[in-house]
Amino acid sequence: MSAAPLAASPGRPSILRHAAWVLRGNPVTAAALAGTALLVLVALLAPWLAPYDPVATNVANAMRPPSAAHWFGTDQLGRDILSRLIHGTRLDLAIAASAVSLSFVVGAVIGAFCGYHGGRLDHAVGRFVDVLMAFPLFVLAMAMVAALGNQVQNIVFATAVINLPFYIRFARTEVAVRRQAGWVEAARASGNGGSRIVLGFLLPNILPNVAVQISLNLGWAILNAAGLSFLGLGVTAPTPEWGIMVAEGARFITAGNWWLVAFPGLALMLAVLCFNLLGDGLRDILDPRMRT
Amino acid sequence: MRALASAGRRVGGRLLAAIPAVLGVLVLTFLVMRVLPGDPAVYFAGGPSAGQAQIDQLRAEMGLDKPVPVQLMYYFRDIAGGDLGRSLTTGQPVLTDIRQRLPASLELTFSALLIALVAALPLGILAALRPGSAVDHLVRFLCTMGVCMPTFVTGLLLIYVFYYLLGWSPDPTGRIDIFAGTPPDITGFLLIDFALTGDWAGWRAAASQLLLPAVTMALFVLAPLARMTRASMLAVLGGEFIRTARAMGLPGWRIILVYALRNAVLPVLTIAGIVFSTMLGANVLVEKVFSWPGVASYALDALQASDYAPVQGFVLLMATIFVVVNLVIDLLYGLADPRAGAE
Repeated sequence: MSAAPLAASPGRPSILRHAAWVLRGNPVTAAALAGTALLVLVALLAPWLAPYDPVATNVANAMRPPSAAHWFGTDQLGRDILSRLIHGTRLDLAIAASAVSLSFVVGAVIGAFCGYHGGRLDHAVGRFVDVLMAFPLFVLAMAMVAALGNQVQNIVFATAVINLPFYIRFARTEVAVRRQAGWVEAARASGNGGSRIVLGFLLPNILPNVAVQISLNLGWAILNAAGLSFLGLGVTAPTPEWGIMVAEGARFITAGNWWLVAFPGLALMLAVLCFNLLGDGLRDILDPRMRT
Repeated sequence: MRALASAGRRVGGRLLAAIPAVLGVLVLTFLVMRVLPGDPAVYFAGGPSAGQAQIDQLRAEMGLDKPVPVQLMYYFRDIAGGDLGRSLTTGQPVLTDIRQRLPASLELTFSALLIALVAALPLGILAALRPGSAVDHLVRFLCTMGVCMPTFVTGLLLIYVFYYLLGWSPDPTGRIDIFAGTPPDITGFLLIDFALTGDWAGWRAAASQLLLPAVTMALFVLAPLARMTRASMLAVLGGEFIRTARAMGLPGWRIILVYALRNAVLPVLTIAGIVFSTMLGANVLVEKVFSWPGVASYALDALQASDYAPVQGFVLLMATIFVVVNLVIDLLYGLADPRAGAE
């Protein structure tokens, strides 16, 4: 009775079955997908999962190596590292996701219009993208966060800006190769305007290819954001965030207190690994010729 | 002779094409820097307690009372005259500071690139020779892991293992142990300077300080290099001229190292150029971890003190290096494959 209506509906189960079939053939992608899902779950459920308060200090219990009570040990102020990691997941994922979606929306629209219309605007934007890319992008992000102020949203903004050129370029080429396609011609012939063709037809069409780019970019965005906060830009001290946790632990590494650095580092690595593998897997599924 | 002329023309064309990009980058950073909080005139005058008249006078001297476009013109005029301004934090001209610190950064970056290439080329070639073998899977695993490790974490973990656990590395701060003899000041590249003076104990000390940061950065860029070597070797090894060379009975190593590698090296060179630019950015993190006295940490300190001039000087330097590196890659391209130079 309960499962019957769902099984009877024609669309969804077959899509799910298809996805399951694809994932069975790509165990690595399946694992990456599971890892990503786990990260998102941890981020969503952080307050309920964390065993301790992430900012509660307890100096009597400082610098303890991993134990049964504190699985990942405690830091120099006696804060539980596991709890800080769990709460950090939330912030790091949120920064990366909002930065990437910001640059995706802005970049894809600009790039698509440039690719469709071409001409002087396209040329100018192309030049601007060249300028932006002709540059150690991380340095640009540093300067932007420093200029805009030490706030989390400025990390998001800076990361979005340094991701922007890739999306503009990507969307531009993807649209340019489709511009003369038969179905675009048909859309134009039936009286659709330029904006409608770009936003309604071309953008949805290139979306699967951009999705790969998004997944690969998420990993990069996380590394960038963590790098910025490691340098003391953006996120400020008591906030649980992976980059700043590494930065705080760095002072004690020569004294042999490895757990302060190793666990947030591991978290960063796993997150980036999941997103990268997911991106590679998506690309393989969408375009088997690109497989390396 | 004709080849030289064509190379010269190409270099000239490249330099001309690079000018708008460099100018754009300069304007961009100039504007970003003007938004930075903090007033340099107040800083120079010795804090907000200084008299308003004195602050105003300083502001006029520094040209800060002029509108931003005029300031921008002044800035370009100064750059053209080789004046990059004065750092507020060190009190020295930025050009002097950069000249002192640049060798440290370049020595680090070049050693890292060298280590990465020495590791990546054989790995990529081996993986391409036996696709699907254990070596291939190992290379793929290394590449996948390499791009996921944040440089600052790799550096810290290397410090933990090689300094704290094994005790093989010296104290991971700076370019040279403070108790060691002062290095000779010839080129600023410690390895070269020590070699020139024949001080091999000093050379060893400098090299062991350099090793960990260089390896940290090399691990970070190993992946793209090895992956590209593998892909491009695979494509070349399938070519008919390789089959012919094999049929003619040439020794295997000769086919791989001379015929195949030379044809496969072009995409690797392109990637190496991109990698070099990434490394310039990653320098900031590595220099911070190892307290390396390079230009990137200089710019970072200045940035945190809202000190315009060093940051702008650093950006100009980065843009210039970037242009030069691309130029060199372009010329190497022509050397590696004369067909590429012909167009």
